[in-house]
Amino acid sequence: MASEQDKLLEEVTNREYQYGFHSDIEMDVLPKGLSEEVVAEISRRKGEPEFMLEYRLKAYRNWLKMKVPDWAHLKINEIDFQDIIYYAAPKKKPRLDSMDDVDPELRATFDKLGIPLDEQKILSGIAVDAIIDSVSVKTTFRETLAEKGIIFCSMSEAIKEHSDLVKKYLGSVVPPEDNYFAALNTAVFSDGSFVYIPKGVRCPMELSSYFRINTMNTGQFERTLIIAEEDSYVSYLEGCTAPMRDENQLHAAVVEIVALERAEVKYSTVQNWYPGDKEGKGGIYNFVTKRGLCKGDYSKISWTQVETGSAITWKYPSCVLMGNNSVGEFYSVALTNNFQQADTGTKMIHLGKNTRSLIVSKGISAGRSQNSYRGLVKVSKNADNARNFSQCDSMLLGDKCGAHTFPYLEINNNTAKVEHEATTSKIGEDQIFYCNQRGINTEDAVGLIVNGYVKEVINQLPMEFAVEAQKLLQISLEGSVG
Amino acid sequence: MLKIRNLRAVIDGKEILRGINLDIKAGEIHAIMGPNGSGKSTLAAVLAGNEAFEVIEGSVEFNGKDLLDMSPEDRAREGLFLSFQYPVEIPGVSMTNFLRTALNEQKKYRGEEILSASDFLKLMRDRKKLVDMDSDLTNRSVNEGFSGGEKKKNEIFQMAMLNPGLAILDETDSGLDIDALRVVANGVNKLRRPDNATILITHYQRLLDYIVPDKVHVLFKGQIVKSAGKELAVELEKNGYDWIKQEMEA
Ligand SMILES: Nc1ncnc2c1ncn2[C@@H]1O[C@H](COP(=O)(O)OP(=O)(O)O)[C@@H](O)[C@H]1O
Ligand SMILES: [Mg+2]
Repeated sequence: MASEQDKLLEEVTNREYQYGFHSDIEMDVLPKGLSEEVVAEISRRKGEPEFMLEYRLKAYRNWLKMKVPDWAHLKINEIDFQDIIYYAAPKKKPRLDSMDDVDPELRATFDKLGIPLDEQKILSGIAVDAIIDSVSVKTTFRETLAEKGIIFCSMSEAIKEHSDLVKKYLGSVVPPEDNYFAALNTAVFSDGSFVYIPKGVRCPMELSSYFRINTMNTGQFERTLIIAEEDSYVSYLEGCTAPMRDENQLHAAVVEIVALERAEVKYSTVQNWYPGDKEGKGGIYNFVTKRGLCKGDYSKISWTQVETGSAITWKYPSCVLMGNNSVGEFYSVALTNNFQQADTGTKMIHLGKNTRSLIVSKGISAGRSQNSYRGLVKVSKNADNARNFSQCDSMLLGDKCGAHTFPYLEINNNTAKVEHEATTSKIGEDQIFYCNQRGINTEDAVGLIVNGYVKEVINQLPMEFAVEAQKLLQISLEGSVG
Repeated sequence: MLKIRNLRAVIDGKEILRGINLDIKAGEIHAIMGPNGSGKSTLAAVLAGNEAFEVIEGSVEFNGKDLLDMSPEDRAREGLFLSFQYPVEIPGVSMTNFLRTALNEQKKYRGEEILSASDFLKLMRDRKKLVDMDSDLTNRSVNEGFSGGEKKKNEIFQMAMLNPGLAILDETDSGLDIDALRVVANGVNKLRRPDNATILITHYQRLLDYIVPDKVHVLFKGQIVKSAGKELAVELEKNGYDWIKQEMEA
């Protein structure tokens, strides 16, 4: 019985990556390579204040002393950091005041991606920050948001115009020396989004960033900082795509979130970087540090991620639950196909009293891919009555792929209650046959079953993105069965 | 409607169906009885296209078409329905979504118009009533956490929704209490039309008190060894299968 299905599963004829086009946009590009001069030049081109230059250089010097982490369940080709372009920006002036200023080719690019930059055209009421290679090209809906005192702009702008906030919070959650890729990011990050929600304000719309790597051999190092003041709320979405290239490209982002008393931040990611071809050639190396600090009492940070792209994903969106009664959540779907590798999960660090965390992780492996969940739940000495529940499920499509679970517990307070459940299932041929018998073909059946399996996570996404994520999962699996 | 000729099928090198012959005409109900392990479920699975079993000889014609040549989904779309002996659970997939996908796929195949969401929901309500289905069950995931009886009722509900030409009910009656049994039987009777047919695979004569078959067959070691009218079921109930075994082995 198994051999029939294996035969089906072997017929891996993945549909080509849909977003793999490249746009001819005139770019302002720094030569390849990394040095103090390059770091300084990035800072200079961006017209940054002195404090940023120093901050970057310090991170760079630190980075030189660090080593690529090797503890993840990943096979990573050696990265030549001198063979990467660290700065590439569309030639037109990066600060844009209206849509008319946007390079038509660039507009076409975002149209192709289905990202509406035109405010009139945005029906769903989502404010968008679009970032291509290194520079934020357009942030929509700024005026509407400004009326409420919300700041949603590119990181470059924030550094210049809201430097007090940046000085106070940048690196406060992910310090420059935190890890290898965070240090690198701090040294060379070129742009990203900045969000500030004032006290008592509920952000009236979803805020969203789209990231796109376009230029060949460029690394993308974006930096995002979200600050939610007391009693505020924001839901933030991030989407990403890249052209198809034979060589691996590096993406090393850092996201920091700070939630003050009773603030709530929801951060959702639909990650669809180019995964490489069927033979495992090319694809994005996605090494990301995401961390949220529940600084205030009763604050809440919730991460939701749907990871379908990238050749390698190394990513652990985490919550530091410092405030008493604060809550951290992590909902994740990680799908790997062909030769993709993912090592992803979360860290929940319980510092305050009565802190709670929830982890729901759904891995799906197909083809010859490797998919690992790695999660840490840490309860510190003073975190009385901490609660954690973790559910880590893996689904296998075929027998050439791997699923692994690495849960770590560090419990230093005996009032803690920590529960962990894990399941591994093979997508059942009996389930597929049951669908077949009702008239549903195998490919649709797999889509249906997989979407049922990940439902708990998808339900966390805002409506329009949930639909997109479902389609994406189906497309990413296309041809992997039957 | 269905013509089975000398059908032989194996699994793991073991021959389970050893030359089955069977003719079913539109409007008829046939009961297939037989001891455990005689190959009843295997016959149902082979007809539905379960590729775990390999057909090594024989032919099956369904409405004039070569059934064995079709994929399992195309057999379903051609109007063949199997009520599973052990219905599977599909967590997270709502009954509504599942049935809507199934019905649309079948309609697309036949070139019929796809139902609008509201027409579909209306049909669901209507069919639920027909089979006395708890409306709560359709809001849940496919068979997930259903009791044995609920799963069987859910199979009949799906049959009512998909309105097949030929339904094969594999021990839909086993494990049911008398009320549930009545519900299932009622459903089958109400769905009966001159242009459809039913195969009832069953162990017990009990079901045949409610659904009256035109023919009863006894399957034994992969062959149909006896066919007669409904009186055969009564005889089997009274005397068990031993006399058939003896007759066969004599
Ligand atoms: N998947 C399978 N693998 C091996 N043998 C099987 C399998 N399914 C059924 N069989 C064998 O085929 C024979 C007939 O089984 P089945 O068709 O389920 O009988 P029934 O439904 O009449 O009780 C049994 O001997 C059973 O062990
Ligand atoms: Mg059986």
